[in-house]
Amino acid sequence: MAQARASVDSPEVERHGEGGQQHPLKVYFYIWGLLFVLSLFSYLVDFFHVQGYLRWFLILVFMMLKAGLIVAVFMHMIWERLALVLAILFPPVAILVFITIMAFEADYTQFTRMLFFR
Amino acid sequence: MASTDTPAAIDQPTGWNSIATDWASDQRTFKTASWGKSMMWIFLLSDTFIFSCFLLSYMTDRMSTTVPWPNASEVFALEIFGTHMPLILIAIMTFVLISSSGTMALAVNFGYRRNRVKTAALLLLTALFGAAFVGMQVFEWTKLISEGVRPWENPFGAPQFGSIFFLVTGFHGTHVTIGVIFLLIVARKVWRGDYDHEARGFFTSMKGRYEIVEITGLYWHFVDLVWVFIFAFFYLW
Repeated sequence: MAQARASVDSPEVERHGEGGQQHPLKVYFYIWGLLFVLSLFSYLVDFFHVQGYLRWFLILVFMMLKAGLIVAVFMHMIWERLALVLAILFPPVAILVFITIMAFEADYTQFTRMLFFR
Repeated sequence: MASTDTPAAIDQPTGWNSIATDWASDQRTFKTASWGKSMMWIFLLSDTFIFSCFLLSYMTDRMSTTVPWPNASEVFALEIFGTHMPLILIAIMTFVLISSSGTMALAVNFGYRRNRVKTAALLLLTALFGAAFVGMQVFEWTKLISEGVRPWENPFGAPQFGSIFFLVTGFHGTHVTIGVIFLLIVARKVWRGDYDHEARGFFTSMKGRYEIVEITGLYWHFVDLVWVFIFAFFYLW
């Protein structure tokens, strides 16, 4: 890639960076359509009263697909260099650890509430 | 070890100035992303942690309460022309926000094509969708408050519902509002042609470039992204 090799201070890079995220409009319209369809699907999960594990599974699948499309295409992540992609997308893994810890904590809190306050 | 290609220390600023110059010296990590874009991404990462903490506290509250959680599908239902529609307002808000994300993506594209008029128009349209979203949120808040939902109690079930609702949607609505203001400022600058003749910004004094449209777009898409998670976890779960 020419822009990676060029000196970072040169005005050439600045100009190049201006046109750096230039993609066909078709890509955006396609993703936009997908986001609409996925949102409709999420709404239909509620509309048709899907319950239990299937409900949670569908909600999570549609959520992750929508989030992925927004970050990857609308926020141009798939066209960025790996250094930036990892710097932004890796730290949130810590949140998954936090979720696990708090799920245990919440279970314990509910257990003690059932035991002593009911 | 002093080597010949190390700049002489005497040329470098000292004291407080040296901190800024040293940190901003020639080690550049993100080769193709400008400082503006990198910093917006890092801000968005920190914002991700804030929203995650809110949603985490919501998960903890909902898992640990012994009182049944209110059914969001019914709480946010509306009567439209005599038909009972569950969660309809939230669905419309979702579609409005996704539409605004689409127009934002197009604005970024036309910005890099240096199409001043279309970029400004699409930014204004995005701001309009954003304002519509906030308007519907105001309606939703008014409706729930009139039904007796408070941060400490509500007629539907677990009292934590109210505090989580006002905290999470309030914080998100604040982000949307700030985004709308941000969009209007950038739209005005695009319209004036600031980025065509590289007018300097009032705050950073840096040359205006169409990249700011993409950076604004990152913030706006993030607001939409957060809504995807709120919609899934708070309204649908």
